[in-house]
Amino acid sequence: MSLRVFAAPAAIAIASLFGLLIALLGDGWHDVLAWIALASPLVAAVWAWLRRRV
Amino acid sequence: MSPATLRKWSLIHTWTSLVCTLFLFMLCLTGLPLIFHDEIDAALNPEAWTPARAGGELLSLDAILARALAERPQEVPLFMSFDEHRPVVNVTTGPSPDAPAAAMHFASYDRTSGAPVPSADRGEAVMHFLLQLHTDMFLGLPGMLFLGAMGLLFVLAVVSGVVLYAPFMRRLRFGTVRAHRSARLQWLDWHNLTGIVALAWMLVVGLTGTINTLADPITELWKRRELADLVAAHRDAGVVLERASLEAAVAAAVAAAPDRVLQFVAFPGGAFSTARHYAIFLHGATPLTSHLLTPALVDAATGELAGVREMPWYFQALALSRPLHFGDYGGLPLKLLWAALTAITLVVLGSGLYLWVVRRGSAVSDPAARIALATDA
Repeated sequence: MSLRVFAAPAAIAIASLFGLLIALLGDGWHDVLAWIALASPLVAAVWAWLRRRV
Repeated sequence: MSPATLRKWSLIHTWTSLVCTLFLFMLCLTGLPLIFHDEIDAALNPEAWTPARAGGELLSLDAILARALAERPQEVPLFMSFDEHRPVVNVTTGPSPDAPAAAMHFASYDRTSGAPVPSADRGEAVMHFLLQLHTDMFLGLPGMLFLGAMGLLFVLAVVSGVVLYAPFMRRLRFGTVRAHRSARLQWLDWHNLTGIVALAWMLVVGLTGTINTLADPITELWKRRELADLVAAHRDAGVVLERASLEAAVAAAVAAAPDRVLQFVAFPGGAFSTARHYAIFLHGATPLTSHLLTPALVDAATGELAGVREMPWYFQALALSRPLHFGDYGGLPLKLLWAALTAITLVVLGSGLYLWVVRRGSAVSDPAARIALATDA
């Protein structure tokens, strides 16, 4: 049960942590990867807003 | 999860959140403009500065220091720092070596001429006010430690929120927002969604913010443990009256750590050095190590290098907590993401507060019963 509930949140959390750390390790492409990875929480929130049931 | 366990976590989540929510609102709202501190400063102070003699010979650090002290004859030097992309030296002075930050005076000098660099201070008063509110609410160390405690409560609230996320989402798909149902259900969904997507970022910024509130005790601990031998060796020597050349001291430090970059000098008697030494702080040359400091200590009376001291883990943790809290290490897009995630955190806080308010007026107070009402799709 918890596996299903936490699959997407865990993926977003791991992507966020990866983004937070990769930008510390270098500039240039490190930063670009960080922007993409750290955008995942926002993408999820916007996606949920677009498909909300009205 | 048994109803009793659920009730326990629900209580933890409610009370840790309630206690810190007001302060978290303040921290988010003051933090938003602080993310863009550099951009705001640059926009409000667009005048370009050029050195008097571009490419010309640089004055010695001793000459700059003498110039700065001539401007503030009653004061002692505390720090000297160096701009990265222009020949500018910044000198911080104060009425005594242990002067509090509020009593310090900061001035910048052109290293090619010794002339003062006009301060680009339009908007600085507002930004400084926001920074003080964000750091210690104008209460000094007690204020910092109090906000650190609020940070810890926030982390507890986030963790307990994750625990509660599972039972609430048991029968719902990830990202469900029931906008066709009651306002309470809709805001519950937004609270769960925004809280869980921003989870990692909120934990990192909350924890690093808490570590930053410990900056003063960590610096004091470092000084006591790592500089103890130097302090003990000169216990009876008293204050250094006749200082050896600063220029030579900095040159010796840079020569002793050739793969590092000069960042700032802490003068004898302050929080970052002993009563007898110049502490010359250098940072690494790679993106990661540029956040990590290493001090070289030079006897301020004799000019003799006392050694390069590697920083202990707790000081490095503090050093890395700064970029990870400020979001200033990955260009403007990272800052924009920081602002967006702060906005998401405000939604988490606001929806959480709303849910608590409407629940107080509701007859259903048992968490298990609330979940039963809230989990149908």
